[in-house]
Formats: sequence, structure tokens, C-alpha cells
Amino acid sequence: MAQPSELISSLADKYGRQRESLLPILQGVIKQERYLSEETMIAIAHEMNLPAADIYGTATFYSFLEYKKMGEYVIRICKTITCSMKGKNQIILTIEDMLKIGVGETTPDRKFTLLQTNCLGWCHKAPAMLINDEVYTELNPEKVREILSTYLKK
Amino acid sequence: MTREYNLKRADFIFRNENDWEHILSRTLKKDRRELINELISSELKGRGGAGFPTGLKWKLTSESEAPQKYVICNADEGEPGTFKDREILMKVPFKVLTAMAICAYITGANNGFIYLRGEYKFLQHDLQKAIDEFIYYCNDINFKFSIDIFMGSGAYICGEETALMESMEGFRGEPRNKPPFPTGQGYNRMPTVINNVETLAHTYTIFKHGAKKFYDLGVQFSRGTKLFSVSGDTPKPGIYELELGMSLSDFVNDFGDGDTKAVQVGGASGFLVPRKKFSETNIGYKGKLTGISLPTGGSMMLFNSTRSMYNVLDNYLEFFREESCGQCTPCRVGCQQLHMGIKAVKQGQKPASYLEKLLKLTETMQYTAKCGLGQSVANSFSSIVENFREEMIY
Repeated sequence: MAQPSELISSLADKYGRQRESLLPILQGVIKQERYLSEETMIAIAHEMNLPAADIYGTATFYSFLEYKKMGEYVIRICKTITCSMKGKNQIILTIEDMLKIGVGETTPDRKFTLLQTNCLGWCHKAPAMLINDEVYTELNPEKVREILSTYLKK
Repeated sequence: MTREYNLKRADFIFRNENDWEHILSRTLKKDRRELINELISSELKGRGGAGFPTGLKWKLTSESEAPQKYVICNADEGEPGTFKDREILMKVPFKVLTAMAICAYITGANNGFIYLRGEYKFLQHDLQKAIDEFIYYCNDINFKFSIDIFMGSGAYICGEETALMESMEGFRGEPRNKPPFPTGQGYNRMPTVINNVETLAHTYTIFKHGAKKFYDLGVQFSRGTKLFSVSGDTPKPGIYELELGMSLSDFVNDFGDGDTKAVQVGGASGFLVPRKKFSETNIGYKGKLTGISLPTGGSMMLFNSTRSMYNVLDNYLEFFREESCGQCTPCRVGCQQLHMGIKAVKQGQKPASYLEKLLKLTETMQYTAKCGLGQSVANSFSSIVENFREEMIY
């Protein structure tokens, strides 16, 4: 994996160093590293000639631009009304049981982080979750166990 | 499908016509003013929820003088209970791209963007392929236009048009003061047409079949069809294209599970309608002569008698509390206070009369919040608290 500074300069080469390139650059870091460390944000600030506080202020606005260490696979369970009505809690309990972590936590091997998120837009196929960018819908405990087992083998 | 009750089903949006090349090249030969008049006479209103007349938006942008103009497709579909835009982009992306190009032709824009919510990142690859094919054709017919996808990163507020532009410019997604409106100063402070995905798809129908075909559907002030995202306690959740103007009781007869207690129209920022008001409520834009008219981005969430309306409101308020951008005090603090307030009443820490104070607070938010998010929290809050007061207390 590229060192943060290498990654950042290559992203800046790709998207540009103007302010409007900031989100694509932050998203590019997330894709590689899953989160934005303090050092990364400072490095981006240098690369783009912006105050580091601006990078931090912008990044922390967006819920998918994580600034705490995340696992390799970030699981986001939809908690908005329909998913909540259709058994979201059972899905969470199943995952907590399988991975031995609670919501907001990361497994010790840094493979999984479990989070809740707002409406994913799959209310007609609730409950739904994202694992990184992949969508899984019409979940039940059994289905979730199957999905997670394939990730555990990865 | 059979025509049941008063619901009029339609099939324009998802009909796969595979004639976009023809429609595009044909439309680009027409007079711009004629096209705008066609769009205005269709009376199409924005399908994202706010309902601004689309033709007028395009006209205003076309009249703005500037060195650069933009067309933005708002695919930041984040309203709870709404999932139609994703389906459009998956199934008929070329209708949307064609509509963007026609809009660019009419308004004088050269660049287009699709702001796609982060939750739909899995769509990006296929959508980009469609864009590549589309732009290749545009070059072929000598029409200069570009379309880029801009990915969101998980912020409901970026569906608000000026917040979306702030986000595209690399800032926190905080809504701007209006005016100026995007038609005069939008993305990069240049005149910008920003339309919801579905709105653009409807313009395709209008440019293909003519305004009259569209105008003849629906009812006065609410012309045409609309996609409805149906979820909750229903035997047939999904996406349905229906003519506007239907009564909610007809809708519930068709989509309910026989035990429908209430319907949330328009998502968390919309209104909850209790059973006793189904028959007097119509789905459409304001201005209808009789009954209550509820505009909507198309989210229809059904709740049956097993559901606690307190839990529903609690869920919405948690949502708003997290998604408020925090920029203006009425919304930032208001959402927190409302959320804590209903909990305190439910747990007996505050008297039932405290609900009246909270209702007053939502009124204040309606008048003083900077954007639609803070202003519309009052909709669901007051419609739930006023209609299901006992459930809030006991």
C-alpha cells in the first residue's frame, strides 16, 4: 500500500488541487485507508495549500468520511423507520454475536467495524445494510450469518 | 395490472423505449423558446418534493447572462422512504442523460453533473458507462456537453440544492441563504439548473410525447404522473407510477394491509395522516380546490395498528438531530430539544402540557430555520403529536 503522502499526491494529481477536488481526494483516501487520520488530514492540507482546520471541518461534516480508525470492512446497518420496523435490531444482535463487538466498535484484528446509519434507500426491501459499498437487503439473521461468513473467509 | 378504485397507474418512466438518440437529435434541432414553452405548458413541477415549476426554472436560467452555466441532476436521494431515483438511474439512465443534454441546449450550459449519494456508490460504475456512451453520441452529432458524476459522502442535507453545490465546491454541505437562487447564482456562483432525477425523466416524456399528453394526466395544479416509493406495512412495497391527485383513501385501499392506522406522506419531512383523514387528503401540490393537498417527493410509508407513533416520531427526530447541518441555531438546537422533549414527556419527567411548548418550538423553527430541513421538522412533529397525543404521553 502506498504511504499516505504518496497516496495523497497521486490523488491530487488525479483530481486537482483546487478546493472542489477536496471531497474526491478525501473519498480516495477513505477507499484505501478506510479513515482519515490526523496526519493524513495535515498532509492533504499541505498538498492543497489549505488550513488543516478546513480539511478537518469539511471531512467531519460527512458521515462516510470517518476520522476514527475503521476496520477493513465497514458494516453500516440502516436504522431509519422502515428498517427499524422490519427487524433491524435482530440484524444487529446477530452481527454482534458473530463478531463479538458492539455498535461503534471494531474487531481486534481490524477486519470489521459495525455502525448504524440513516436511510439507505431500500425501505421496500428492509432491513438493509452496506458493507463498504456493497448493498444487502431483505435481511434476516440467517441471511446475515451467511453474508458475514463469506467476509470472514476473505 | 387492473385499474382498481380511483388509482390511475401509468407507465412512462420505466418504459424502456431505446429511442433516446432519436429524441435527442430531434429535440436539439428545435427552437429553444418553443421547447421552454412546451415544458411550461406541461405544468411539470419538481418531483424532489418542493414542486417548483420546471419550465420556469429552465427559462430563468436560460435568461441569465454568464460565461458559464451548469446542469445538475440531484441524485442525493436521502429522504426516508424514498428510493425511486436509484431505480430510474439503474433502469433508464439514458432518459435522464438526454434530459440533461436538452436542458443544456436550452439554457446554454456546457457542463453537467450528477450528484450521486454515497450510499449509491455501487451504481457509479454502470452509470459512468452509460455516460461514456452518451457523450460519445453527443460528440458524434457535434453537441458539446460533458457529464461528470460527483459522489456524495453520507449527508442528507446535501439533497438541499445549495448545500449540494457547497459540497461540490469542496465545503461542508451547509445551505446558502436564498436569494440568490441557483438559476442566477448556483454552482461556482454561475447560473445552474438543478433538478431531481425523476423531474428530468419526466421532461423526456414531455419532449417525446408533447406537453399535452403529460398535462392530460393528473388533476388541476398537479399535472402528470409521479413515482411513489411505497414501504412499511404493505403487502406490496415497491415503486409505482401513479397519476397525481388521488385520494389517500384510494391509495390505502390498494396498498394497505387492511389495518392501516396512518400514512406518512413525503418522508420524515412530510406529514403523517391518520386514518380518519384519509378520505379528505389528496396527493398533489397545493392549490387544489377541496380537501387537504399534500405535495410529496413520493415517499409513502404505511403504518398499521401494531405500530407506536411515539416510536415513529422518535425515529424521525433522531434522524433530523443527526442530519441537521448545525449551521443555524433553530434547527440545530430545535431538533435536539424536540427529541429530548418527547422522551421527557413519555418518561413522565415533563407534564403532558410540555407538548404544547414543543409545538410552539416547531412553529419557531418553521419561521426561522435557514433551509427546508429545519423548516419542515414541524410537519411530521405537529401532525404526529396532534393526531396521536395519547401515544406521546402514555
